[in-house]
Amino acid sequence: MYPFSFTKASDTQDALNAGRRGGRYIAGGTTLVDLMRETVERPEALVDISALPLREVTVTERGGLRIGALVTMAETAAHPKVRTTFPVISEALELSASAQLRNMATLGGNIMQRTRCTYFRDVTAACNKREPGSGCAAREGFNRSHAILGTSDACVATHPSDVAVAFAALEARVHLLGPDGQRQVPFADFLLRPGNTPQHEQALNQGELITAVEIPALPRPLKSGYLKVRDRQSYEFALTSAAVALHIRGGVIREAKVAAGGVGTVPWKLPAVEEALIGERPSDRLWAEAAAHAGDGARPLQHNRFKVELLKRTVERQLRIVGGTK
Amino acid sequence: MSTETSESATSPPTQPPSAPSRRTFIATTSVAGGVIAAGGLTAGSSLLGADEAAAADTAPSSRVSLTVNGWRHTVTVDNRTSLLDLLREHFGLTGSKKGCNAGACGACTVMVDGHRVNSCLTLAVRLEGAEVTTVEGLAEGDQLHPLQQAFIDQDAFQCGYCTPGQIVSGVGCIQEGHTGSAEEIREWMSGNICRCGCYVKIVRAVEQATGRK
Repeated sequence: MYPFSFTKASDTQDALNAGRRGGRYIAGGTTLVDLMRETVERPEALVDISALPLREVTVTERGGLRIGALVTMAETAAHPKVRTTFPVISEALELSASAQLRNMATLGGNIMQRTRCTYFRDVTAACNKREPGSGCAAREGFNRSHAILGTSDACVATHPSDVAVAFAALEARVHLLGPDGQRQVPFADFLLRPGNTPQHEQALNQGELITAVEIPALPRPLKSGYLKVRDRQSYEFALTSAAVALHIRGGVIREAKVAAGGVGTVPWKLPAVEEALIGERPSDRLWAEAAAHAGDGARPLQHNRFKVELLKRTVERQLRIVGGTK
Repeated sequence: MSTETSESATSPPTQPPSAPSRRTFIATTSVAGGVIAAGGLTAGSSLLGADEAAAADTAPSSRVSLTVNGWRHTVTVDNRTSLLDLLREHFGLTGSKKGCNAGACGACTVMVDGHRVNSCLTLAVRLEGAEVTTVEGLAEGDQLHPLQQAFIDQDAFQCGYCTPGQIVSGVGCIQEGHTGSAEEIREWMSGNICRCGCYVKIVRAVEQATGRK
């Protein structure tokens, strides 16, 4: 690990001032400290933001949820309002990492976490994300766990977060605070596809701070849940996953929110699946027909072709779990 | 040396009797100006690259006060120091183990302010005012913590390297109330890897300490 200066921000303005000078914010630190030790990350100045007042979970006026950036994964998952209004968020969180890491890691940090691509973490390997222009060792390497959607010639790494898949499905908004004030960014625009610049992962300006993630209200009743498929039962990243939320009234699906994880360079919203569901009556046949769209546009690599079919089956199964069978 | 700093790792009165003498000696030799100066020892000098090693002499450090197993410590450490290294290399508390040093194995699990965490991913300088409990802090005198006794009763280890982390994590698991079934214990203990594969007995030990067996 390279040396760094350390300051603890006493309040938000203090943090923004330090951020504007190039300081790197640290919240739970579970990703950042790990990558600093691997010398993948080499910040010269760390700014501890744990004292900032961003620890509230509140119900918005319209019945959505606003989760402060510093609420831990464990606190968010256990929060009664989260559990009752958006179980897909609690389920995604509790299927992530370990109890210890969930006690440390925050929501803001979770959506900022970096890929688990082993070549990204190996400083001796070529990686355009870590070292722009050096190449991508994963493209022709061992790429079983890599992305099949949203890839580019420069990068095929997946985004590792589970709860970000739920946020993508639910069309969350990221609240940001910077030197120029506040702004909100739709979740779909917050995490960037790699393109030719895989080193740029978020739509954040220098010194900007995530203050909250807001989940917009959805019509009730709403059923939602998260399914994660992986090589071991627990404490493992997703091969594929599906976040599903359905509003069914009068026997007809009125709203459908679906996204997939483990398959995209960013959490992968599935609008074609959603469109196939809306206005239809739940049935096993519908789930299969809708899920067939989940692999649209997939570009598998040598070792991850299985993900295309696995993704469809994951989405189909989760549609059945959430929507029931007729 | 002030009263406060005399409570740092190197002073015999605050040390558990089992503190290893070699580590205590090394830590003592690095005391400078009344506080513990962290150098290559903390950063693991033999494992550093040349650039990192060259920087170690001038690396920024910070002063932090925290409580470990009821003892208050004030130390000045290299900002890079993990809580795990602070415990093991400065305070001689070698119960918490360094397995992966990457938050993947759970051998370093300790409680910080009542929550189980990976001490290898916790920067010591962030712990101003924190209350830390390690495996050494669980027993009351000669009376083992019920989960420590349960690990013995259930023979829940072979090599024992992961055991301190398993036990502290198990204490957290019980406190959190995630012990409703063997399956629930397995899920909520999944952050602790056991190379020897003693999982069945570890689950039984947690069940015993919960009062379910």
